[in-house]
Amino acid sequence: MRIPCPVCGTRDRREFYYYGAEDYLKRPSDGSSIDELDNHLFLRDNPAGVTRDLWYHETGCASWMVVTRNTVTHEVLGAELVAKPSKKKGTL
Amino acid sequence: MRVEGKGLIDRSKTVSFKFDGKTYQGFKGDTVASALLANGVKLVGRSFKYHRPRGVLTAGSEEPNALIEVVGASNQTPNVRATVQEIFDGLNTRSQNRWPSLRFDVLSANDLASPFLSAGFYYKTFMWPKAFWEGLYEPLIRRAAGLGSLSAKHDEGHYEKAYAFCDLLVIGSGPTGLMAALAAGRAGADVILCEEDRLLGGRLLSDDGQLDGKPAAEWLASVTAELDALPNVRIMRRTTVTGAYDGGVYSALERVGLHRAPRPDLPREAFWRITATRTVLAAGALERPIAFPMNDRPGIMLASAVQTYLHKFGVVPGRRVTLFANNDAARVVARQLMAAGVSVAAILDSRADASAVEDCPVYLGAQITDTKGRLGLRAISGSHTGGEFQIETDLLLVSGGWNPTLHITCHMNGRPRWNPEIAAFVPSEGAIPGLRAAGACNGEFTTLGCLTAGMQAAEEALAVLGRASVAIAVPKAEGLPYKLTPLWQVDGKGRAWLDYANDVTTKDVKLAAQEGFRSVEHMKRYTTQGMAPDQGKNSNIGALAVLADSTGRGIPETGTTTFRPPFIPTSIAAIGAGGRGMGFAPQRFMTSDQASRDRSAPMIEAGLWYRPSYFPKPGETSWRESCDREIAYVREAVGVCDVSTLGKIDIQGKDAGRFLDLVYTNTFSTLPVGRVRYGLMLRDDGYVLDDGTSARLAEDRYLMTTTTAAAGLVMRHLDFVHQAHCADWDVRFISVTESWAQFAVAGPMARSLLNSYLDQPLAEFPFMAVGEVSVGGVAARLFRISFSGEEGYEIAVPTRYGEALFRDLVARAETMGGGPYGMEALNVLRIEKGFITHAEIHGRVTAYDIGLEKMVAAKKDCIGKLAATRPGLVGAEREQMVGLKPLGPDAITSGAHLFIPGADLTRVNSQGYTTSVGWSPMFGRYLALGFLVNGRARIGETVRVIDRLRNIDVLAEVCDPVFFDKQGEKLRA
Repeated sequence: MRIPCPVCGTRDRREFYYYGAEDYLKRPSDGSSIDELDNHLFLRDNPAGVTRDLWYHETGCASWMVVTRNTVTHEVLGAELVAKPSKKKGTL
Repeated sequence: MRVEGKGLIDRSKTVSFKFDGKTYQGFKGDTVASALLANGVKLVGRSFKYHRPRGVLTAGSEEPNALIEVVGASNQTPNVRATVQEIFDGLNTRSQNRWPSLRFDVLSANDLASPFLSAGFYYKTFMWPKAFWEGLYEPLIRRAAGLGSLSAKHDEGHYEKAYAFCDLLVIGSGPTGLMAALAAGRAGADVILCEEDRLLGGRLLSDDGQLDGKPAAEWLASVTAELDALPNVRIMRRTTVTGAYDGGVYSALERVGLHRAPRPDLPREAFWRITATRTVLAAGALERPIAFPMNDRPGIMLASAVQTYLHKFGVVPGRRVTLFANNDAARVVARQLMAAGVSVAAILDSRADASAVEDCPVYLGAQITDTKGRLGLRAISGSHTGGEFQIETDLLLVSGGWNPTLHITCHMNGRPRWNPEIAAFVPSEGAIPGLRAAGACNGEFTTLGCLTAGMQAAEEALAVLGRASVAIAVPKAEGLPYKLTPLWQVDGKGRAWLDYANDVTTKDVKLAAQEGFRSVEHMKRYTTQGMAPDQGKNSNIGALAVLADSTGRGIPETGTTTFRPPFIPTSIAAIGAGGRGMGFAPQRFMTSDQASRDRSAPMIEAGLWYRPSYFPKPGETSWRESCDREIAYVREAVGVCDVSTLGKIDIQGKDAGRFLDLVYTNTFSTLPVGRVRYGLMLRDDGYVLDDGTSARLAEDRYLMTTTTAAAGLVMRHLDFVHQAHCADWDVRFISVTESWAQFAVAGPMARSLLNSYLDQPLAEFPFMAVGEVSVGGVAARLFRISFSGEEGYEIAVPTRYGEALFRDLVARAETMGGGPYGMEALNVLRIEKGFITHAEIHGRVTAYDIGLEKMVAAKKDCIGKLAATRPGLVGAEREQMVGLKPLGPDAITSGAHLFIPGADLTRVNSQGYTTSVGWSPMFGRYLALGFLVNGRARIGETVRVIDRLRNIDVLAEVCDPVFFDKQGEKLRA
């Protein structure tokens, strides 16, 4: 499997660490209910088809990214950085 | 026997090798199979089940019969295909699956019992009496099972893993592959051409055909020379592509050193991962046998294999030849043999409507119904349209047509498609993204068709790669259509083999169908067809046809078995190259490593690091003695310990403090510059992730330390929190673990040791202070922190000064009655003080469990804070950390379970467990940290510590985890 790292280019899957669904990006706020928390931590869709997961280019640029891939065809459709470019100068 | 003037062998170089103890001569370029055949050796192996005498069937890696053991000085490799193994001086081989000898094999008695050993015989026979299974049946089956033998010693051979990348991978170098590589190479594409054989050419080497009116060898030589010279084309000979994977990744096995006497600088094999933008599969086709009665005798070979032995090796493995075929192509072989002066007794063509043009007897509508010759073919008999025949012959060529070598197109779930015109399966288009099957492996069986297909496949790839193709004239070649009438089996009295290696006959497949195993997948598993080293390359389609016949269905309706990687048997040693012994994981060494080894310290692994366990002194007889002495250094004088393995992360930026507030439960933004604070980090789900200290070096700069084992984990976590939750904050961080060597100096005399060493003595330097100091002119960092409960410092210098500093500190400590201490002492010191490690924060404990819930700041948010408040994570039902002090001097162990005295020792009654144990010289007994249900409320109670594996049954008092100096007066001294 090859992952198109937006920073380093397409690299072997062995360079990456897999975390889980992109749901982890939406951190529940201080006042979230137990159900929301449960949802965030444990409840996952398991789609046959397009899925969006978090990967970390651990032995590369240390970027976290959302990789879009198809669980049926194994096609890797793209990857985007988790840290969105900001308008502010000098930040990501 | 050899034929003069033929073969691509070097007749000027004679090579000696051994087979079954006897020395044979061959020529450079011979395989074991060709050399043995040249020496008139026909019997080379015994079959798996019936121990039938067997000879060479093929001339390639698909060989099912000629499986031999190669015996090296340091390794013994079973099931090597004699048809692939090249000979070299000193090569030592032997036959397998026979005892006491190949010619006389006791277990060939199985053959006489064959009526009772049909498919499913194991399942039916060894069912009862039940009591016989363990004592009799299993040992019996185990003794009989398996092909070949192992030396039971480590393979000391050297193997390698390697990686390659290309625009176009061409698999196979027959006419198709050569054209594809040439077209892509001339167009400037980055090409890798993999060829299983030592020579490029594929069937061109065996066919003896013509290209552009000249011998194909001439064209082959010029193309090979051109490809060899092109800098953008890499030719990998002796390299078999074994699998296709996601994203254009292919595995390949290169026989780097197997064809020559072992050389220390050469690996035996290299396992490649090749990443290709496009791939042309030009793997060719495999000729298939016909299942006629008694078709397994030595001397019965595939027609194409004999053609290969004739033209590539100059060998004809018989004197009086017959051919049994169902197609035109095979008859060419008989003609070529006649042209080479070999006597052809007859051509037996199963087709009644075929022509009879050869200058020898040609029987049409022929069927072979019996063969004779126990250790080598002597005669065949059968019928034809004109009557019966009986022929004396010692070499029978068989051809049932050809099967495209489409195996790797199945590796990603592709299902081959039946092509009735060639009565064979062909690859489904798009089965492997980016791969185009072309030529014979795609069902195109003429040389002209292959050359054209290779050219077109390259053009298609070049278009995708965005490269202009260069026009190349396709050489003129034979283009006669391939004509055959399928013939899968011939009925008769004797057994007709489908799978030679696993001894599966047509009768077994019919029996499977009769007993209800009508699905091809069930039939395979019931009969073991296709499960031998050749993985059904010679038998799958034949078996499928027989099954289709037995169940009254057509072949496409019956289905097909697909193929999985690897395409050829692949040694685990090659796949796992470099991973044995110390190669299993990277090793990280501290700067003090040599200094510790100089003192004979045994090293212990901590993550990837190696740390000293203890430093033995002359006269000490056990590690405990050394450990106790080192503990005394720290408690009474001064000890020195390398703590460089702890993760160090330099965090900078205006929002650095804010960032630490988010990842730590407690507050760091309020920490004054020049101070250190202990921090606790939670996972997203509220459990403890790690702990450690962070120092504020400047207003906008912190230095975080992590535990040794979790350094990588914490870095990943920080990167995630930063990038996912606060990417716009002004904060940046980097691991500086390897930039600094850091040493703990601990004990009542720690300060005087440092003062004797620092360029300027320490002024006011309270507990949890951090500051810049200078050692011999080198800028260093000093932290006043303690993991022992004593007055403690950690001094950090740039890595290059680490070893010198360690040696100096230890030498000075020794003049003060102290010295170095290792991990054993460090562990006891921290247990006595109730400090935790990952033995305690093992992933299932919360801040509450370890009594640190007060460290979760109420006023701010942090990762995991809310999740830690979930029901069940707080309360009296939790196992809470406690200290355990045995009532007597008895040993206790970590991992022991805790019970209420008098309670039944059953799992449900377990009240907790111990996590860390050490013998405390201070208390004169063992001490433990552990977790006990509602433990904090049970201080003073007595529990029973049980470890049934190590026979521990001890009563212990539940105490506070901090066994001494609860107020911390010593560390603040």
